[in-house]
Amino acid sequence: MDLVALLAIQVLYAIASLALISVGLAIIFGMMRVINLAHGEFLMLGGYAAIVATSHGISIWIAMLVVAPIVVGLIGVIVERTIIRFLYGRMIDTMLATWGLSLFLVGLTTAIFGNTTVGISAPLGSFQIGAYRTSVYTLFVIAVAAVVLAAIFALIRWTRLGLIARGTMQNANMAAALGVNPPRVYAVTFGAGAALSGLAGAVLAPVSGVFPTIGVAYVAKSFITVIGGGAAILSGTVSASALFGTINQIATFVTTPVFGEVALLAAAIILIRLLPQGITGRFFRRGL
Amino acid sequence: MNARSLNLVGLGLVGVVGVAFLVLVPRVVELDVVLELTVYMIMAILALSLALVWGYGGILCFGQSAFFGLGAYTYAIAMFNIGESTVPLLLAVIVPAAFAALLGYFMFYGRISDVYLGVITLTVTLILFNSINSTAGPEFHIGSARLGGFNGIPGIPPLNFPGNKAAPIDLEGMFYLATAALLATYFGLRLLLASRFGRIIVGIRENERRAELLGYDPRAYKLATFTIGGALAGFAGCLFANWGNFVSPTIFGLAQSAQIIIWVIVGGRGTLIGPIVGCIGIQWLTTALGANQPSGGSDLWAKIFANAPLIFGIILIAFVLLVPKGLVPTLGDIGQSLLASRGKGAKRLQPKRAEEG
Repeated sequence: MDLVALLAIQVLYAIASLALISVGLAIIFGMMRVINLAHGEFLMLGGYAAIVATSHGISIWIAMLVVAPIVVGLIGVIVERTIIRFLYGRMIDTMLATWGLSLFLVGLTTAIFGNTTVGISAPLGSFQIGAYRTSVYTLFVIAVAAVVLAAIFALIRWTRLGLIARGTMQNANMAAALGVNPPRVYAVTFGAGAALSGLAGAVLAPVSGVFPTIGVAYVAKSFITVIGGGAAILSGTVSASALFGTINQIATFVTTPVFGEVALLAAAIILIRLLPQGITGRFFRRGL
Repeated sequence: MNARSLNLVGLGLVGVVGVAFLVLVPRVVELDVVLELTVYMIMAILALSLALVWGYGGILCFGQSAFFGLGAYTYAIAMFNIGESTVPLLLAVIVPAAFAALLGYFMFYGRISDVYLGVITLTVTLILFNSINSTAGPEFHIGSARLGGFNGIPGIPPLNFPGNKAAPIDLEGMFYLATAALLATYFGLRLLLASRFGRIIVGIRENERRAELLGYDPRAYKLATFTIGGALAGFAGCLFANWGNFVSPTIFGLAQSAQIIIWVIVGGRGTLIGPIVGCIGIQWLTTALGANQPSGGSDLWAKIFANAPLIFGIILIAFVLLVPKGLVPTLGDIGQSLLASRGKGAKRLQPKRAEEG
């Protein structure tokens, strides 16, 4: 029984962390059709931002939840203005340029921080489930994921900003004719996606540590979550995270973490073969 | 001079330069340079494999290094089990080709779009990397070959003359072999692309729907292209395993995949000589940057210049933004416009070129 409860928490945690690392990418891909291969590096920068801020005496909560998203969001806006905006509509070139950006950021952080893992210890201690102990931080990550997803839903669904963003993505010319400035909307959307990635990277930093090439560990997982999810940003991310997170955690539980990841990636390839449009191409079509 | 004769001149030039290079280099330069040049030649074969798949086939494969690594590992494992290099060499071509065929079947017959194709090939590369990386324990072995996990497989026996186990190929022989293989690959691909098959795959790249309506099955042609590319990359991997007598999972890694893409994009998609030039240029740059490695200095600029990913990143971004066609096609365009403006180009109307993608 305790084992079941523990496993349930682990599965929820796997789902939450997948959703967290994917949602920034899902927004950038879903709304702008830009495949951002530097996504993993945005997560990595979020981790570094939190760690640097913490080491300068800022409270870890503020560092993770405020500093990291702001820093990475600003980086995102700069990237959009200097690179991405020249490449709209050229999907493959965007992919290549953002891959170049990813290499560049890995090289830059290696030059600045060195090729070592830095970590911050997870706050909040641990609690007991029967014979097992697990950390409270796990629950915190699950809560952050839930809050982030709810906030995005509310923002896109009910605010003027969300309406403008959705309108611009559907028909940029029409939005421009109605007085919206599409380049600004693109820049803000890209920045928002980057900020969410920064937040995710910072929140996961105490769990995984941070090193310059950590993005590689994230990028494949988040991509297949987004692609597996399909066109709808939120319901796609959630449903794909739920599927892949469960598979990953159960395979990890039965074998080893590495084969858990392999199972996740293999499941994704089979899913894309069966549902090329992703889960939301077939189910939850009217989702957001 | 019309395009056809220009083409023949170019082909002849490559042949002459290639053969001269093959014959002269070991007589002129020191052995360490020969060793360095050998790996350039091997990597150039790898570059050609992607030049075919991406440049001509239009299949964006981010995971060409998967086939390269698979070839290298297959050779190593087979070599430890068999001990004579003919069969391992063949296996190192067949296994990656079979893997490419399987993967290609999933992708092309699933009608996955270009962009997802890139992501899937990337994911497969990461799966291979992760799986091989975690096989460090002694329980992971195939026959008598231990997989070694992140430590890699050291001490791989070199190729020998076919059928004669006692006559391994030495370093200089390896150079001859790699260079000859590169030339053979180049001319083989030229021949392939001039054939009916080559015309069709370029047609599919330009307009898949039109090719399909004309009665060609794009899926089958793409699958064939992808498989040939996989076989070539595997062959390069086999040579690479020979060159260093060592393989490790990093040859599956993202950095390796990125390099191959960069070679092709710098040299130019849709040419064969471009990726070779790009590959050798970037390899040379890597070596030159590595040579300046500061010994524990803390100077930020020194660190930045010794930092290959950073430089590669800048090169990749710069080429995508500024020279999207790559060096060789761009130089070709410049040359052509110079020729046109110098001659009587003003009077004679140029025939309009067919629309290019």
